Amino acid sequence: MARRILPGLPLTLGITLVYVAVIVVLPLGALIFKAASLGPGDYWTIVSSDRAVASYRVTLLCAAAATAFNLVFGMALAWVIVRYRFPGRRIIDALVDLPFALPTAVAGIALTTLFASNGWFGIALSSLGIKVAYTPLGIIIAMAFTSLPFIVRTVQPVLEELDGALEEAAQTLGASDGEIFAKVLLPQLFPAILAGLSLSFARSLGEFGAIIFIAGNQPYETEITALLAFIRLEEYDYPASAAIASVMLMAAFLMLAITNILQTRALRYTVKG
Amino acid sequence: MTNKKTRRPPRIGEKPIFRNSLIAIVLLLVALVIVAPLAIIGVQAFSKGAAFFAKSITDRDTVHAIWMTALTALIAVPINTIFGVAAAWAITKFDFPGRRLLLVVIEIPFSVSPIVAGVAYLFVYGLQGLFGETLQSADMKILFALPGIVLASLFVTAPFVARELIPLMQAQGRDLEEAATSLGASGWRTFFSVTLPNIKWALLYGVILCNSRVMGEFGAVSVVSGNIRGQTNTLPLHIELLYHDYNAVGAFAAASILASLAIVTLIAKVALERRGAGRVRRPALAGPTLETTEPGISKP
Repeated sequence: MARRILPGLPLTLGITLVYVAVIVVLPLGALIFKAASLGPGDYWTIVSSDRAVASYRVTLLCAAAATAFNLVFGMALAWVIVRYRFPGRRIIDALVDLPFALPTAVAGIALTTLFASNGWFGIALSSLGIKVAYTPLGIIIAMAFTSLPFIVRTVQPVLEELDGALEEAAQTLGASDGEIFAKVLLPQLFPAILAGLSLSFARSLGEFGAIIFIAGNQPYETEITALLAFIRLEEYDYPASAAIASVMLMAAFLMLAITNILQTRALRYTVKG
Repeated sequence: MTNKKTRRPPRIGEKPIFRNSLIAIVLLLVALVIVAPLAIIGVQAFSKGAAFFAKSITDRDTVHAIWMTALTALIAVPINTIFGVAAAWAITKFDFPGRRLLLVVIEIPFSVSPIVAGVAYLFVYGLQGLFGETLQSADMKILFALPGIVLASLFVTAPFVARELIPLMQAQGRDLEEAATSLGASGWRTFFSVTLPNIKWALLYGVILCNSRVMGEFGAVSVVSGNIRGQTNTLPLHIELLYHDYNAVGAFAAASILASLAIVTLIAKVALERRGAGRVRRPALAGPTLETTEPGISKP
């Protein structure tokens, strides 16, 4: 490359590296160090204990269910916002980001109050025999709420940029709307959908604030992994907390790697030129 | 069939019955999933009348929690802003080895659970942590005090400003800055007179999102704060405390402050997006940044 002309590299890179080292790398390094100092035997005993495994199951299953709901709702939202013009469209578009803007603790108490047996939704649902608050269903709802914007915001820009000519060509050739959606549009949207799914799922795995209010937090039943790490901390069982948190950290890194791969692929198909 | 050139090509999903029912379903779901939680905060906050609401939000502990939250934001947001600008300048104006790795590390906090972040900080500054004994013998309190809350906030918001600026500054290139410097402008002058005017809306956008997250952060802060009423409680933690004290109305009154902040944030976001901020959008929040510059970004 050309020789450097612009000033400021030492200063700006210095600030960046200090911040990243002190704020991000040091604490995560300390956590890994603490977990590693347990030794493989103790570590395995903690992370494979019945209660920990039950918490992984609850977290993974609820995150999968929440992500599935967001796939359908998120796609419908993105489609309606991009394709149709109707009064209130801009407001809907802005409201999609509310789950990111609303603090998770606030979302937690609001959802719990809505779905409690005497709440607006709780009354209606309990007459149908469905209990949401303090059940895994409550965890799913809290996860779905907090990760709702991901799929909308990954699919929306791709949907906006789609080339209408392909759709028109398919129509001229006599394809039905369903066929065009499945065979022409979906393949173009697919990488963005996958990227959105992985972001939504990853966020659900780590969510804490919104869930603990609505979940009931019964060990083996409605206890998520993040809460178990927190409980071990409150019991002053620091090694157990470190070990469980390290499992969550590894899951986060795995999801980060998957998301990066999916997004790189998504961009390969969407960026023109 | 194509006598009008401006006519939009026929598209699928335009049959009125399909279109209208899909819009109706989505509007209903938005009302249930997004509007209802927002509405219930207001309804609950005022369920015992305006006087009780006023009493709740002027309660001594609540006022202290508001002050803690504001103070945390006043410290954390400027630090994060300086970092975001510095990182964007270093990464977009220069080529150096490890740039991609640096980007990934900056984005790590997006993927890490706030609880994991809190636990990690405990193993640095807690008694059983790396610096625990040193800090104790020096009688310095980081955890269960304001510095711990600020540090945890700096972790969870690390990517907020940087990720708004990096794609934009990448798209804008280096020509203008190089021209300014070769004409004799200093680095600072180049930044404030050439770069800043081009990135100001994106910068403000990142700052607003960062502030919103700092003020609302719950998980990471709840691990490092110690939840000491009237001392280290931020507003989100205070809401939890009130809620579990069976003072749900007080909790919702406090929550209504943060919900109002969320609405202001959304309005500011829309206003800034009209000015082009957030437009150099990567398809998502996390992930690679460098190659995501979309074509068609209006260069100044």
